[in-house]
Amino acid sequence: MSFLDYFLGSRKKTASVAKDRLKLILAHERSADTPDFLPALQEELLTVISKYMPVEKDQISVHMERRGDFEVLELNILFPEQHSPG
Amino acid sequence: MAQTVVVTSGKGGVGKTTTSAAFASGLAQRGYRTVVIDFDVGLRNLDLVMGCERRVVYDFINVIHGEARLQQALIRDKMLENLYILPTSQTRDKDALTTDGVARVMEELQTQFDYIVCDSPAGIESGALRALYHADAAIVVTNPEVSSVRDSDRILGILAARSKRAEEGAEPIREHLLLTRYAPKRVQGGEMLSLDDVQELLRIPLLGVIPESEVILQASNQGIPAIHMQGTDVALAYKDVVARFLGEERPLRFVQPEKTGFFKRLFGG
Repeated sequence: MSFLDYFLGSRKKTASVAKDRLKLILAHERSADTPDFLPALQEELLTVISKYMPVEKDQISVHMERRGDFEVLELNILFPEQHSPG
Repeated sequence: MAQTVVVTSGKGGVGKTTTSAAFASGLAQRGYRTVVIDFDVGLRNLDLVMGCERRVVYDFINVIHGEARLQQALIRDKMLENLYILPTSQTRDKDALTTDGVARVMEELQTQFDYIVCDSPAGIESGALRALYHADAAIVVTNPEVSSVRDSDRILGILAARSKRAEEGAEPIREHLLLTRYAPKRVQGGEMLSLDDVQELLRIPLLGVIPESEVILQASNQGIPAIHMQGTDVALAYKDVVARFLGEERPLRFVQPEKTGFFKRLFGG
């Protein structure tokens, strides 16, 4: 990179593109190594939660991820907008 | 008890053999009895990088199959008297490395050495799995490049799941990141992943950074481990790596671009 490149308007920095792509693919591939019980866990959570609130099957996701020495269980539930609890 | 260190990466061509040769030489320079083993059956290259290719008579596979004794296959390094090379076979295939056979040889080496350095083949097949199985520590050699980072991440998963330590539920393998072929100027220009980027992605402790350098080729041309290339950045960087591995504090070097003059800055180069 020289100053001339700078003034001629250079393209988007490719290193940051690389980093973003890697972040996504590594997160995906790490979660592919998840234990077998996750689908069952997801199913049972859905059953319990739908007893109290309306929730769609595809609005709940369960992920397990290795972060350093820890395993993180991540649970995401999206509720329909019109139903605000309380 | 000897410590077993695997030099691995998943991806080929990132500097595993260069690193194995330099790192093993560095440990021997520090006075440790060290052996470096080539696990790349059929694609033997450690002997060339160490400059002992014409002295190979028996190899690792001969020892595993009882065709030679370990002492007959071990080659003493030409520069360091407490360093030995255990070459692999150039003609057999990777299935010649049996689990039991490797375990027996490793056990015998344990009694004779302080450090056993295992130079892993690329890939995640049996040769690579055997190389990492007995490891106490791993050096994950990575280039600041997408495919290398991804493959290193995959190898980290395998280290955590498929090693002897993992199978026995022992303390996990100590993982070390070694970033090689690093070009600080290209990092500054935003065209190469930075040290921080790779660390953030792989999340393992950094052992060192080896700068991209023409010295590596000059060293392998002559069969001299790069750590012996007196006064070069690469040799100094590898010495730092060995020191840090042994628990010493060493600040990072060669991670900032060299200062360039006005005209270079104006026109690039």
